[in-house]
Amino acid sequence: MTPSAATPPRLPVARPPTAWQTGANVVFRGLTHAFGGAVVVLLAGIVFEVLRHASPAVSKYGAGFVSGSVWDANRNEFGILPEIGGTLYTSFWALLLAGFLGVTLALVLSQGFLHRRYEVVMKNVVELLAAIPSVVYGLWGIFVLVPLLRPGAAWLNDHFPNFPLFATRLSGPGILPASLVLAIMILPTVTAVSREAMAAVPPRLAAAAYGLGATRWEVIFRVTLPTASGGIFGALVLGLGRAFGETMALAMLAGNAPNFSWSLFSPGNTLAALLANHFPEAGEFEVGALMYAALVLLLITLAVNVVGSLIMVRATAGLRGLR
Amino acid sequence: MNADMSTQASLAAAPEVATGAPAPAAAGPVLMDCRVEHIFYGSFLAVRNAEVPIIANEITAFIGPSGCGKSTVLRSLNRMNDFVPGFRMEGHVHYRGQDIYAPGVDPVAVRRSIGMVFQQPNPFATSIYNNVAFGLKLNRFKGDYAERIEKALRGAALWDEVKDKLNSSGLALSGGQQQRLCIARAIAVEPDLLLMDEPCSALDPIATRRVEELMLELKQTYTIAIVTHNLQQAQRVADRTAFFFVDTSAGGRTGYLIEYRPTQELFGDPKEEQTRAYIRGDFS
Amino acid sequence: MAPPTTAGRAGNNLHLSLGNSRTLLDRVLTLLAIGLSLFALFPLLSVLYMLLVRGGELLSPSLFTELTPGAGMEGGGIGNAVLGTLIVVLIASVLSLPLGLLAAIYLAEYAGESKLGTLVRFAGKVLTGMPSILAGVFAYALVVVTMGSFSALAGGVAMSVLMVPTVMLTAEQALRAVPEKMRMAALGMGATRMETTLRVVVPTALPGILTGVMLALARAAGETAPLLFTALFSDYWFEGRLGSPIASLAVLIYNFSGSPFPHLVKLAWAASLILVFLVLVLNVGAQLIIRRPQEF
Ligand SMILES: Nc1ncnc2c1ncn2[C@@H]1O[C@H](COP(=O)(O)OP(=O)(O)OP(=O)(O)O)[C@@H](O)[C@H]1O
Ligand SMILES: [Mg+2]
Repeated sequence: MTPSAATPPRLPVARPPTAWQTGANVVFRGLTHAFGGAVVVLLAGIVFEVLRHASPAVSKYGAGFVSGSVWDANRNEFGILPEIGGTLYTSFWALLLAGFLGVTLALVLSQGFLHRRYEVVMKNVVELLAAIPSVVYGLWGIFVLVPLLRPGAAWLNDHFPNFPLFATRLSGPGILPASLVLAIMILPTVTAVSREAMAAVPPRLAAAAYGLGATRWEVIFRVTLPTASGGIFGALVLGLGRAFGETMALAMLAGNAPNFSWSLFSPGNTLAALLANHFPEAGEFEVGALMYAALVLLLITLAVNVVGSLIMVRATAGLRGLR
Repeated sequence: MNADMSTQASLAAAPEVATGAPAPAAAGPVLMDCRVEHIFYGSFLAVRNAEVPIIANEITAFIGPSGCGKSTVLRSLNRMNDFVPGFRMEGHVHYRGQDIYAPGVDPVAVRRSIGMVFQQPNPFATSIYNNVAFGLKLNRFKGDYAERIEKALRGAALWDEVKDKLNSSGLALSGGQQQRLCIARAIAVEPDLLLMDEPCSALDPIATRRVEELMLELKQTYTIAIVTHNLQQAQRVADRTAFFFVDTSAGGRTGYLIEYRPTQELFGDPKEEQTRAYIRGDFS
Repeated sequence: MAPPTTAGRAGNNLHLSLGNSRTLLDRVLTLLAIGLSLFALFPLLSVLYMLLVRGGELLSPSLFTELTPGAGMEGGGIGNAVLGTLIVVLIASVLSLPLGLLAAIYLAEYAGESKLGTLVRFAGKVLTGMPSILAGVFAYALVVVTMGSFSALAGGVAMSVLMVPTVMLTAEQALRAVPEKMRMAALGMGATRMETTLRVVVPTALPGILTGVMLALARAAGETAPLLFTALFSDYWFEGRLGSPIASLAVLIYNFSGSPFPHLVKLAWAASLILVFLVLVLNVGAQLIIRRPQEF
């Protein structure tokens, strides 16, 4: 033992943590873990609740529910084929339009077409598009878009009455206005995600093409778009996922008609709109059928989103070798 | 639980300095008896065989080439390495006679008494005042905050520069001022032992000078262990110096202690060939 | 740049020439792209214009102080819907903010690469992509069916399901952006994990966290679908009963948009103006917070 002659002074401030501090730390740790787990439980709970309420209808109607095309709550007859068709059909048109516009916008926003300042303004404006609630787009669709489209639709119907897309008249809500508003609603997603994919293309690839004398659009078509194609594809799939689940614009604009038609001007319905329109006044049996429809919607969007995310992961992994 | 609490309590309270093994050429009581046999990060053997007893009221310097484990050893003295996944130490660190790696010991209690200043200045994104008050609040200090804070800032030679703007952000200071703020923050709680990992590497020569003067003042009251790449600095401030080196013979890169002696002797008459070469500058 | 010459020759001519088909195509495509981009903005401008013109028509203090009128009646306001939206969003915040923020702290400060962490993050992503109407279906099954009636509480539960993932994922990002060295500084002084998180990490990340919260609030305020069959609607003021239906701007717009009475449609436009104003204020506020310069 060494003599304790030169003992350092007592420690006036530093002291061990109080029992409260140590205990609170342990509790806090447990609490955060529990709340993290609760998010998983929440997702599981959603799936479980929908399954639970849908199961009587699932066992009663089975696969015929998906292939049936009559929805009659009075006779307890339920089928969602027209709604599935309408969901796919409106989403197809919306994706076509939003994909084209969105990729163009993404190019304009990422390839130096605009001065930095205008680029930022434009980017914010696109984000603003996403901020407007869909019910407001629905209102706008009813009172601005439909009247705007009606003369053109009538003209097309008059001149090409046998062309399937123009086979009916646009009397009010219908596939076309619904798809257009749907396109507006998914445009921000498609734009933002594909812009990111384009911005991730290493500049030296474009520089190499410019060095060979390519024009800006030759670079875009031969270098930027092919390199970013994985990410752009992912953006489209994610946009599709949103389109499938979008409700209000379709509930207000698709026409809530229980049948499917190829004509752009005829009314139709989608899964999400079916839920929105029927849930508020549904009786016990219809709720079961609606839960079944919700289950179908859940599975479809889940599958699309998982596929979209996988594509995005692949696309970023694929670009890694280029860095 | 009760046993834990008493261990923690006595960690800070034990007034007498008990020592295990006496230090080589011991001048004063050993405050921290550090004996590293192996330190692993996962399966990587980072340091082996380093025995560095730290004497109370002295400045101990760790020198050696990059990657030889100086920071690793320093960080294991207040259990900062606990945050590195896969960290494992064989050996012991006895602080005031207690093994800080013993099962019942709370690392939080250890770090309260053994402060640390990092290589990169890392003030909190809050006012200068709150930065220095942080440790006081942690320790539930009940006294005069303003007085403590002024004392700490004076101690870190920063008071005159910041006394008019104690409420402005610590991040708005220059790099050198930030580092002195971090030192003030560390000494505000008057830690028993202050660990400094290359505290001057981000500083200009004038600020470095200030910090060195500060360390010489602080050692009257505290004990300091410092990692430095600056051999002149070690010679200027350190009472004792530990020289580490890297052993690549087994295929890995394992640091180990070459020699640990009073600074004058180590620099004046190095015993080992590697030390001689290193302080001549042959390796840099 | 040289002025374009009319008679450009491909080959040795280095002047920029519109006669050169490659250059011409390049110019045309550029114009087309910028034109299309501007075209894509037309709906936004049109919506904003209509909101100001048609929605602004009824703007007056009584709009906020009076109840929604019955079918065919004149006058009235949207006061119950404005209040209802605020209350539903408040309920949703009370339910979702603690959950989202603590889960974010778990993800950023404790989870690391653990299995549970990966699972939580995955659940968050799935919830973000889930159609909002399914949140309504969930609240319907959980609350409406159990309690036997549509209610403000059910609306709040549905909204909170939508807010949780936004709050959690943005807050996690904000927390992660806090430099590790700040954590080490606090831990090195003997702060516990909790003290480090609450006294150092969260205050530093606060702007980012608030941004996420405001974006989530904006999203919740504008959501309609899940409210249609959870909160339903009410023509009366909220009387403090969470168990009865409650009005909201979003559902008001939906209900009145299909009304044959022009006055109700006007109220729908006015409600849209208020709702969009509310949402935009939240969005711009969120942007302003995050734009504030920050250096660590
Ligand atoms: N957190 C960690 N995880 C894994 N290995 C680490 C970690 N920290 C350090 N190492 C390894 O341990 C060895 C010693 O590192 P250490 O940081 O202690 O060296 P050092 O002597 O402080 O070097 P320098 O002078 O460059 O700061 C190095 O090989 C390093 O790669
Ligand atoms: Mg180091």
